[in-house]
Amino acid sequence: MTAQPAATDDLLSMEAVDAFYGHIQALRSVTINVRRGEIVTLIGSNGAGKTTTLKTISGLVRARSGRVMFDGTDISRVDAYRLVPRGLGHAPEGRRIFSRLSVFENLQMGGFTRKRSEVNEDLARVFQLFPRLAERRAQRGGSLSGGEQQMLAIGRALMSRPKLLLLDEPSLGLSPILVQQIFSIIQEINRQGTTILLVEQNALQALNVAQRGYVLQTGRIILAESAADLAANPQVRQAYLGEI
Amino acid sequence: MTFRILRLALIAAGALVISWLLMIGLTWLGTRSESFSNVVATGTAQYFSALTIGAIYALIALGYTMVYGIIELINFAHGDVFMVGAFVAYLIFTSLGFGGAIKSIPLLIGILLLGFLVTMVVLGVLGAAIERFAYRPLRNAPRLAPLITAIGVSFILQNVVQVLISNSPVPSPQLVSLEYRFTLLGASVPLLNLLIFLVAVVLMIALQVFVGGTRLGRAMRSTAQDREAAQLMGVNINATIAITFFIGSALAGAAGLIYGLYKGNIVFNLGFDAGLKAFTAAVLGGIGNTVGAALGGFAIGFIEVAAVTTGLSRWQEALVFSVLILVLVFRPAGILGQQIGERA
Repeated sequence: MTAQPAATDDLLSMEAVDAFYGHIQALRSVTINVRRGEIVTLIGSNGAGKTTTLKTISGLVRARSGRVMFDGTDISRVDAYRLVPRGLGHAPEGRRIFSRLSVFENLQMGGFTRKRSEVNEDLARVFQLFPRLAERRAQRGGSLSGGEQQMLAIGRALMSRPKLLLLDEPSLGLSPILVQQIFSIIQEINRQGTTILLVEQNALQALNVAQRGYVLQTGRIILAESAADLAANPQVRQAYLGEI
Repeated sequence: MTFRILRLALIAAGALVISWLLMIGLTWLGTRSESFSNVVATGTAQYFSALTIGAIYALIALGYTMVYGIIELINFAHGDVFMVGAFVAYLIFTSLGFGGAIKSIPLLIGILLLGFLVTMVVLGVLGAAIERFAYRPLRNAPRLAPLITAIGVSFILQNVVQVLISNSPVPSPQLVSLEYRFTLLGASVPLLNLLIFLVAVVLMIALQVFVGGTRLGRAMRSTAQDREAAQLMGVNINATIAITFFIGSALAGAAGLIYGLYKGNIVFNLGFDAGLKAFTAAVLGGIGNTVGAALGGFAIGFIEVAAVTTGLSRWQEALVFSVLILVLVFRPAGILGQQIGERA
């Protein structure tokens, strides 16, 4: 991999982060950076450490060594809930919406750290991105279809007005049409000024929307290049884009 | 939200009428030789006792169900928190110099409000402290550890009250004179019974409004459903769990105060029996569900009193727990319990 220079416009950087689940090492000296305004993708197979990387950033998993810098400060030891008002949004793997809360209440939870007056504004923005959610606002989260739940998960994360949005497998389990739709919304969110770190199994789509990408294998970054270079890389094509 | 409360109110009103008729019917079964008007009068009087006892169980059951809902712990110390509530109220009233009925109505109302306020705050703090020191350190330990700790806390609370206050029953001040009564359908009912029922209903409505319609209430429900996701919304999990213990324990404190007013004497181990019954009520209604806990509390109060009116008072306990077993056989998650497959 090529070493990234520590640019001043980095919104996020992980520096040589090791993370463990019990005795099992999940991340081995992971170093990545995301600059303001970018979409960066993290690809890799199951169990490579993609989700752990995101959880280490958002504070659900603690880095054992190395550090995580966000917006100019070291957040390696900051509790997850304190990172939300600082501008870190995380739509976790498996959507994790609150199934017994209504769609509206789920979105209110997304804006938990915001002032009441700001919430309405953010709500209007989310409903504009996902008109479907506006139609279903009174329904229980658990009664939504898979695609709608994914929209709710992303919309909920946007309610905190994140500077950086972590998206974990937003296309998982969706029909091809919905996958297209979700990816175009991701680009739209980015155009509106939110930096995105995207974890995907669907590497082809992810590399399509991202500017840069990292390939993660058994807890290590093995490649770090522009999205176009990664998409052209024969090794990546064979391993992650389904080519033989 | 308002729609949900209206619907609940309608269901509750229906249940109140039906259980009234049922109580009169059961009274008739127990005393067939009596005249119709006597049966109605006795049934009505018993009905109001059932509401009073049910209100106490319901208030305690809410704490069990809220705590279980948020951290899946059966807080066996909760019955003793209720007991401490009875003693804190006793200490407040006696230290202010009130040992019996208060004649002046404004003074009575003032003292009762003060009593509820102080008892609930003290008990809320106690509950949050128990969580902080006895349960939080064990949050990621195997399930059995906090359960045993809860039993330990239960014994500690009993022991503390036994040593610091009294080893034997003490007379608790009956501030509301039993001479205040109203007559309904030939039954002379102490106003205290109605007062207790109304206080409980007000507290329960306040709880529903808080949990259902406020920012903190949503944080509690989110934490109960998915702790990790709630953290990603910016919810401070520890604070939210502490608030849940505070509210549940404050409600148990209110129940303890009511118990003292109603029974006229209290003892350090009264929390065991009442706690178990209230726990039963929570399971009966569907553990984790606050409306279910209230429903279960009233149901158990009703069964206990009905056992007396039908002449089966010696079978009271067997009846209560037979109903529990029957309900659980047919609805393992309780009357209003969430069936499995809830978590997304």
